[in-house]
Amino acid sequence: MEIFWLIPLFPGASALVLAVLGKWLPKKAVSWLACLSVFAAFLASAVSFFGLLRVPAESLPVVKTLFPWIQAGSFRSDLALQLDPLSSLMTLVVSGVGFLIHVYSVGYMAHDKGYRRYFTYLNLFTFAMLILVLGANLVLMFVGWEGVGLCSYLLIGFWFEKPSAANAGKKAFIVNRIGDAGFLLGIFFIFLTVGSGDFRAINSAVGGGVVTQGMATLIALLFFVGATGKSAQIPLYVWLPDAMEGPTPVSALIHAATMVTAGVYMVCRLNLLFTLSGAAGQVVALVGAVTAVFAATMALTQNDIKRVLAYSTISQIGYMFIGCGVGAYAAGMFHLYTHAFFKSLLFLSAGSVMHALSGELDMRKMGGLRKYLPLTYPAFLVGAIAIAGVPFLSGFFSKDAILTQAFAQGQYFIWALGLMCAVLTAFYMFRLIFLTFFGPERIDPQVKEHLHESPRVMTVPLVVLAFFSVVAGYVGLPVVFGERANLLTRFLEPVIRPEAEGHLSINTEWMLILASVAVALCGIYIAYVFYLRSPRTPHRLVGRFPAVYRLLYNKYYVDETYNAVFVKPLVGGSRAVYDHFDLRVIDGAVDGTAAAAGFAGKALSVLQSGLVKDYALAFLLGVAVFLGYLLF
Amino acid sequence: MIPLGYFIGLSVLLFVLGVAAFFIKRDLMTMFMAVEVMLNAANLAFVALAKSAGSPAGQVIVFFVITVAAAEAAVGLAIILLVFRQKKSIKAEEMRLMKG
Repeated sequence: MEIFWLIPLFPGASALVLAVLGKWLPKKAVSWLACLSVFAAFLASAVSFFGLLRVPAESLPVVKTLFPWIQAGSFRSDLALQLDPLSSLMTLVVSGVGFLIHVYSVGYMAHDKGYRRYFTYLNLFTFAMLILVLGANLVLMFVGWEGVGLCSYLLIGFWFEKPSAANAGKKAFIVNRIGDAGFLLGIFFIFLTVGSGDFRAINSAVGGGVVTQGMATLIALLFFVGATGKSAQIPLYVWLPDAMEGPTPVSALIHAATMVTAGVYMVCRLNLLFTLSGAAGQVVALVGAVTAVFAATMALTQNDIKRVLAYSTISQIGYMFIGCGVGAYAAGMFHLYTHAFFKSLLFLSAGSVMHALSGELDMRKMGGLRKYLPLTYPAFLVGAIAIAGVPFLSGFFSKDAILTQAFAQGQYFIWALGLMCAVLTAFYMFRLIFLTFFGPERIDPQVKEHLHESPRVMTVPLVVLAFFSVVAGYVGLPVVFGERANLLTRFLEPVIRPEAEGHLSINTEWMLILASVAVALCGIYIAYVFYLRSPRTPHRLVGRFPAVYRLLYNKYYVDETYNAVFVKPLVGGSRAVYDHFDLRVIDGAVDGTAAAAGFAGKALSVLQSGLVKDYALAFLLGVAVFLGYLLF
Repeated sequence: MIPLGYFIGLSVLLFVLGVAAFFIKRDLMTMFMAVEVMLNAANLAFVALAKSAGSPAGQVIVFFVITVAAAEAAVGLAIILLVFRQKKSIKAEEMRLMKG
């Protein structure tokens, strides 16, 4: 219990060692150090978790103040870490999934020349993410928040020789800056109204009526702007699909399981603020629901296996925000937790497919891989079933919890959007499965020669993640299995107060469950019809609705629109300012100073005749003037 | 007993002569000698004032001045010699290398 503040130190220290000494360490030592440090963090998280179970709810959160960090006037911020059920859950997910992905990376990155650099960044990321979730005040959380953003940038642009990767990294960084501006403004307003960034102080101030409802709405919306940046929601989601330029395990760890869900964690951390505001929650739910459907439709037509998963991630995070927005923060966290398993499983399986196909990403050049990849295929299938919401797998329970809560809160529109997204999710995931693993083989003959299942260091993490994708949901059983069946909600109760809504009748609950099962199976069936039974159907549909297809295939032209509306004018404006102000005014001022000095020197150099007598005369006159002044 | 004013008068006369010679003469050697005259004019004022004030400090300073003047003469003459070797002339107005 007391050791929880050590959790981030293990990967942090390892990152430091790798950064300084990595060049001289053998590859094997790098792998062991990187993986074991994250495993140590996982063990410490587990020990802290079990310790936390014995701590009475009144004495939560457990805060460890390491030292006063910033002190200026009335502003004070400590370097303090806190452990409560919410952060404990996050540390388990981050270090647990992180460890598996580290192990997987040992195999995946084995032949990369940036092996040591990769693990340095990956360890640094784990460190920053753990700081983010353990920080006891907003300032420290912001440090973690920016730290993960930095690592995300470094790892997206990991193969920076490729211009597309370098650009994707920059895009992610710049888009996140916009969100971070919102986050920072939120922190400023919190300090203005509460006078402290400490989460305990914020919660007691919000609970004690210090913050007015209008102020709470403003602050909550500013924080949500930060969340839309980091968690890739409308309107700032555009960086995530491009982020797939990074190595696949990075996509799994940072851009699926942990970092992109930081926004959800932040909303849950400040749940009292969002609940007080009311209106902000409504915005969160609406943005989440619209993003969920919007991203899911874009996933329908993509041919790049990782991009489908990227849009799927955006869509699933939208789900989490639906949960948070309707006041079911525990349900949002539940989906975050199950999503971490099945989405990283899907990404790692996709990585395994790429590994087998010498880096091929285009699903049109796959097909029939089922028999070549006897381990990857079932793993991928488990992930797809879990995310589609088929009963008895983890995704089903968490998705159902969110939809039920949305319905119970009377948010029928949001619920309908969620249900629609569920159909689309099931459809595009099974489209992916059918195109990749079933049907005729469309593989390049050259690639086919090297076709092989991945090494064990990669498949074992897949098996473990697949196991958790199946069972992780059983900690959050729906109400139909008993009032107290949802262990996760009960565990999170000290942080997230249970929703105050009137409970639905058991019959309605069953109806809702049946509805979500029906839409999931329906989506899978449509995918089966489209891509297995009569593969001509998609072409006929495209022929019938070419405009719709083009719109979806080009992702609603959002990138192009942003480019025209924001990027172009900004670049043009900067260029104009550069040409007219920088070059003329600023450079003019600098050059003018130099020219003035030169001119003055030239004018005064007349006095410097080089004749010793002139100098002596000046000297004499000077002495005479000086003496005259002294005497008279 | 010669009054102090006479000494001071002689000292001023010597100094003005030195200054005039420095500005009028054109070869380095004579200008150098003019400087020596000015130094000794100052020395004379020092000893005269020291005597009338009854303090040995002025006389001590004169010894310093003489020492410095000796050193200066050594360096100055060496420079003039080198200049002459270079230019075959010791005319002051021909040395304008430092003109700005």
